[in-house]
Amino acid sequence: MRIGLFIPCYIDAFFPEVGIATLELLERLGHEVVYPRDQTCCGQPMANSGFNADAAGTEALFVRNFSGFDYVVAPSGSCVHHVRDNLDAIEQTDQVKEVRSRTYELVEFLHDIEKVDAFPWAKFPHRVGLHNSCGTLRRLKHALPSELNEPFFSKPIDLLSKVEGIEFVKPARPDECCGFGGTFSVFEEVVSTKMGYDKVSDHAQAGAEYIVSADSSCLMHQQGCAERIGVPMKFIHIAQILNGASA
Amino acid sequence: MSTVREQTDDGAMLHPEQRAEGDPDAIIRDGRRLDHAEGTSKPLRAHPEPQPRGAKVHGNRPVDQQEAAARFIAAPEHEKMHDERLWDLRQKRDREMHGIPEWEELRSLASAIKEHTLTHLDEYLDQFEANASANGIHVHWARDAAEHNQIVHAILRDNGVKSLIKSKSMLTEECGFRHYMASVGIEVIETDLGERIQQLDNEDPSHVVVPAVHKLRTDVAAVFSRTIGTDPNNSDVHYLAEAQREATRPLILNADAGMTGGNFMVAETGTFVVCTNEGNADLSANVPKLHIASIGIEKIIPRLEHLAVFVRLLSRSALGSPITQYTSHFRGPRAGGEMHVVLVDNGRSERLGLAEFWTSLKCIRCGACMNTCPVYRRSGGLSYGATYSGPIGLIIDPTFNARKYSNLPYASSLNGSCSNVCPVKINIHEQIYAWRRVLVEQHEVPLAKRAAMKAAGVLLSRPAAYRAAIAAADTALAHLPRFVIYNGLNAWGKHREVPHPPKETFHSWDHANRGAKR
Repeated sequence: MRIGLFIPCYIDAFFPEVGIATLELLERLGHEVVYPRDQTCCGQPMANSGFNADAAGTEALFVRNFSGFDYVVAPSGSCVHHVRDNLDAIEQTDQVKEVRSRTYELVEFLHDIEKVDAFPWAKFPHRVGLHNSCGTLRRLKHALPSELNEPFFSKPIDLLSKVEGIEFVKPARPDECCGFGGTFSVFEEVVSTKMGYDKVSDHAQAGAEYIVSADSSCLMHQQGCAERIGVPMKFIHIAQILNGASA
Repeated sequence: MSTVREQTDDGAMLHPEQRAEGDPDAIIRDGRRLDHAEGTSKPLRAHPEPQPRGAKVHGNRPVDQQEAAARFIAAPEHEKMHDERLWDLRQKRDREMHGIPEWEELRSLASAIKEHTLTHLDEYLDQFEANASANGIHVHWARDAAEHNQIVHAILRDNGVKSLIKSKSMLTEECGFRHYMASVGIEVIETDLGERIQQLDNEDPSHVVVPAVHKLRTDVAAVFSRTIGTDPNNSDVHYLAEAQREATRPLILNADAGMTGGNFMVAETGTFVVCTNEGNADLSANVPKLHIASIGIEKIIPRLEHLAVFVRLLSRSALGSPITQYTSHFRGPRAGGEMHVVLVDNGRSERLGLAEFWTSLKCIRCGACMNTCPVYRRSGGLSYGATYSGPIGLIIDPTFNARKYSNLPYASSLNGSCSNVCPVKINIHEQIYAWRRVLVEQHEVPLAKRAAMKAAGVLLSRPAAYRAAIAAADTALAHLPRFVIYNGLNAWGKHREVPHPPKETFHSWDHANRGAKR
C-alpha cells in the first residue's frame, strides 16, 4: 500500500523519534511510505478554538498534500479526529471527503486495517501505564470508555500485549483527561496543569515506569507537568514501543 | 432534639440488611458502606483553610472562569475534597450503571422520549394545562424570569403570605427569585440542607444536585455559627445537620406558603413529580395550605409510563443511588388547599429553535456531567459565575447572555466524558465545540486570541514560511509554542516545563535519511 505519512507539527519539532518510529514501523510492514514535504498541520488549533475560518488555508493545504494515497496515517489521535470529524472549514469536495475518510491514526491502522498479529522485533520489559487520549478514547473509539456499560475492548492494549515483556499498571482513574486539550493547555493553564499533575501522580502511584500513549501532545504536557513537580516518570509513544524501542 | 438520631441508633429506621454490625450509623447495601466522603473525613488542621469564593461578576462583562478556578486550586484542601467527593459520586454512578444491563438502552430511550416531547412541546403543554386544570391546579404561563417572579408574587400577595418555605429549584435560581422576594419583603426559607447553607452564606448553589459541595464542613460550621448560633469550633456533621433542623423546623411549621420545583410533568395526567432525598420538598408542599410549583416547560413527558425510564436514570446518574428517597407525585390541591403551577419559558422556546443546541433542553439536571468533568471538579461550580456550572452550564449559559458567558465554552478540554455519562445523551462536548465557533462568529472572543489564531492560520497554510520559522530546533521552540502562547505570557511554561528541543526536526531527519527517495 502507498501510505501518506502525516507528522503533526509538534511531533515534527519536538518528537522526531516518534515520526521516525512510525515511518520505520510502516516500512517494516512492507508499505511504501511517503512523507509529503509541504505538510504543516491539520488545522485543529484554530478550529478547536472556534476560529474555523482561520483553519481553511491549513486544511486546504492538508488535502493538497495528502490526496491520492491509499491511506494517510498519523501517530496522533487528536489530529486524526480533527481531519476525520471536524475538517469542514473548506468546501467538502469529493477530493476532501476522500482524504478525510482515508486518514487513520496509527493504532487504528495497525489494529483495524493491517490487523497486525505480532511484533517479533519488539521487547519492552517495563511497567507501563497506558494513557488513552480523549480524542482516541471517545472520538476514535480506541477503547471502551469507563462511562459506558458495554463490552470491554482496547485496541492499544491488544497491540501492546503482543510486545514481549511488557507489563501494564492500572491507575485509579484510567480515563481521566490529562488536561492537555489543545489550546486549553494555555487558555486555562492553571486547571490544565493541575490535571496534568494529578494524572502523572496517579500513574506514578500505580507503579508505572513509563506512560505510553498514541498522542505525543498529551505526553508533552504530562512530561512538562511531571518535571515541574518532580515525579520521576518516563514517557514514550506507542509507535516507539511497537517499532522495537528498548527503552 | 434527636428523634431521628435515636431511631437510627437503634436501627428502627433501617431494613435489617442495611444495618452494619457494630456501627449503627453505617448503612450497608450489597456489602458496601454508603459514606459521604466529607462526612467521614477527619478535621484537617486547627485553623481551617478559608473557603475560596466564586467568580467576580461585573454586570455583563465576560466572567473570568479561569481566574476563579485558579483561586480554587490555590486552596488545596478545598480542591482535593471537591475533586474526590465528586469523583466518588461518579464511581458510585458507575457501580449502579453496571447493575443495570440495559443501561445504554435506557439512555437511548430517555433521549428519544425527550426528543419526541420537545418536538411536540406545544401539544403536550396544552394537554398538561387541560388535565392539571381539571385536577384543580391553577396553571400559569411565564414568558421570562420577571414574569415568573411577578406571577408568584401576585399569588402570595393575594394570600397574604409573609413567609415562604421552598425546596431547591435551579429554575428559581435562574429567575433570581430570592432576590426578588427580598425586594418585596417576603421571607424565603430554603429547606434543602445544602441550599439552606448557601442561602445563609449569601452564595449561589455551586452544583445542581449538591449545592454546597464546594464547602468543607469547617466552612459550614463557620456559616452556621454566624447565622444560627452553633459552636464555631464544632464541625461534626451530625451536630451541624441537627442544629439546622432545629433552626429551620419552626420556620417550616409557621410558613404561609410552600414552593417546589418539579422534575417531571406528566401531560396525560396533569400531574408533576418532585424527586428529593431529604423530604424537604414534601414538607414545603404539604405543610402550608398554599403550594406553588415553578417548572420549566422542557420538564414535560407525555405519559406516566415514561416516568419509569427517567426515575431509573435520574438518581443513579446523579448520586449513584438507585432512587431518590422521595419521589412524590402531586396530583392536585388537598381539601381546603390551593395548588399553582407556573410554567416558565425564560429563553427555552428560543433555545428550541437553535439547530445546534436545542437538545440541551433534554437535560434532567442530574449533575452527572459535573461530577465527571475534570475541569469542574478542580474549579468549583462558583468559578463559572452562572446559574448553571460545569459542562451543561457551558452550553446553556451562553443562551442567556453570550457576552457575559463567552469564556465558559473554553473552560473545557473537550474530553467528552460529560456526553458519555449524560442519561439523556446530550452531545455536550460537541455543543461546547460548536459554541466556540458561534462566539467567534459573534465577535465575543477577545482580540488577543483572535489575532493569535489568525496568525497561526496564516503561518500554517504557507509551508515555506512555516519551515523557515521552525528551521532549527531552537527557533522551533521560539516559534511553535507561539501558536499557543497567544497572550505574550508564557502560559505553557508557567506551571510546567517546556519540551526539550531535539537536535533536528523530523522534517530534517527525513530529508537526510529518505531524501534521495522523495
